[in-house]
Amino acid sequence: MPIEVHIEKKLADFTLEVAFSGGDEPLGVLGPSGAGKTMLLRCIAGLERPDRGRMVLGNKTLLDTERGVRVPARQRRVGLLFQHYALLPHRTVGENVGFGLNDLPRAERERRVRILLERAHASGLESRFAREISGGEQQRVALARALAIEPEALLLDEPLSALDTHLRSQMEAQLQETFLAYLRPSLLVTHNIEEAYRLSKRLLVLSRGRVVAHGPRDEVFRRPPSKEVARLTGCKNFSRARTISENLVEAIDWGCRLRVEQMISRRAAHVGIRAHLIDFAESSSGGRAEENVFPCWLVRSSETPFRITLYLRLNKPPDESGHYDLQAEVFKEKWERFRVRPLPWHARLSPESLFIMPE
Amino acid sequence: MALAPSIDWSPVRISLETSVTATAITLVTGLAAAAWRQRRSGPATALVDGICLLPLVLPPTVVGFFLLLLFGRNGPLGKLLLRLGATIVFSWPATVIAAAVVAFPLMYLTARAALEQVDPRFLEAARTLGANEWRVFREVALPLAWPGVLAGTILSFARALGEFGATLMLAGDIPGRTATIPIAIYFAVETDDMRSAIAWCGADVVISLILLGGLYYWTHAQGPARWARR
Repeated sequence: MPIEVHIEKKLADFTLEVAFSGGDEPLGVLGPSGAGKTMLLRCIAGLERPDRGRMVLGNKTLLDTERGVRVPARQRRVGLLFQHYALLPHRTVGENVGFGLNDLPRAERERRVRILLERAHASGLESRFAREISGGEQQRVALARALAIEPEALLLDEPLSALDTHLRSQMEAQLQETFLAYLRPSLLVTHNIEEAYRLSKRLLVLSRGRVVAHGPRDEVFRRPPSKEVARLTGCKNFSRARTISENLVEAIDWGCRLRVEQMISRRAAHVGIRAHLIDFAESSSGGRAEENVFPCWLVRSSETPFRITLYLRLNKPPDESGHYDLQAEVFKEKWERFRVRPLPWHARLSPESLFIMPE
Repeated sequence: MALAPSIDWSPVRISLETSVTATAITLVTGLAAAAWRQRRSGPATALVDGICLLPLVLPPTVVGFFLLLLFGRNGPLGKLLLRLGATIVFSWPATVIAAAVVAFPLMYLTARAALEQVDPRFLEAARTLGANEWRVFREVALPLAWPGVLAGTILSFARALGEFGATLMLAGDIPGRTATIPIAIYFAVETDDMRSAIAWCGADVVISLILLGGLYYWTHAQGPARWARR
């Protein structure tokens, strides 16, 4: 079922202006807090009134301001999973899930509720109240409730943000399962880059109410169209760049020349590389002779359980300013192997890992 | 009544009948006004707010005087009702009207505050699940605002029970018909019938204590804690 969205809505400090179309695959909506992600979902669900726009879901026009069409939320059949679930506190779990099925006879409604809860891995909670069940259970129940109305589209607002790490991965698996079983347009709002990547094939990146990138997830991650998108997708290393030839740039901030695989069609503004793609040349004897390999010094480092982030200075030993050029991320096993080597090390910024962001 | 055969208990009956009826009217109209008000904003609502709250700030005798102008023989509503064969002034319905008008702002204010306290996401969730506005109000907003609405009802009842000024202006003091407890007490003291005055005061104290008990019960024991079984 195709979905087509084009909306404009003036907000307090910017205008939300989003246009995209999609199909049945989940679309990850990524962006910093306050970029308008939740507002976009609320507009699609019919809880907010866009100033202008058009929205079509399947063959149903939900909104067309030019023709004065605005289908109210209750008639849209768009399932919305609220960030904090919004389970009705005065109703039991069973009544919450069955809320949208009130036109069915009681026995049939209860049967459906049982099936929905079973599918959401939340069987047996029917007679409990929302405050009596755990966060993970609330999440499952809210999902079952949204799916109960057999929605034409499913909107998930930060579905995993309120859960602890262990529950997160469990719920993520369940969302995967839901997306596979439920082939309708789905939008997943998140500010977690990895979550967005794992759960959706396509990404829409928002910043201050505008679409700054939209496409297949790998494309968005491998070749972010702008520095902003690169940063929003987790890239840490940028340098201003000057084009020398169609695959050679000068990285001004890093003080080096880099060969890149990407053809530079427009004038390059920035060159970037993701922290985990920075490699270290095994032998120091090759040195400068090797392409895109530069001597580097360790400024400082910070550890996570399995990885280490190295803050590196290229071409010069560090000074007391603590200035660094690159952040590299390596697994600890690898780190253990080369930490003993004398400085300088040799960082390899391989041409296929570098990407160019045009002006 | 063996205890005091000479005491006329009709003011207690009239007061209870009047307060119950007035509170019922206030509950419906106050809730409706609060629900209406919640969905709107702008200059029109400020005007409505002003009119709704006027009886709270005006002295009851002033309210009673306005009601007299409105419902009197030459008043716009009085004329209309006269054509239908009804006179309001100095009849039992007048006690109800006076009590309801004076109690209305309390109901309106508490109901509005209670409805505003309800997290809008619950209402929105209900809408996305296909509920129309009436169902959203009846099944989500009202149950969640219920403790506050009940508190407002009890406050309104208390205000209606104590109403004196407006009632005297509009309904007068007709024993057995419009003489409520406060009015009966006033005239009993004036005519030096202390036994009756004390009896009616005692009745008022008993009713008030029951009200306070109810207020405590409904706002505490019946708060959100009832949505958990532990």
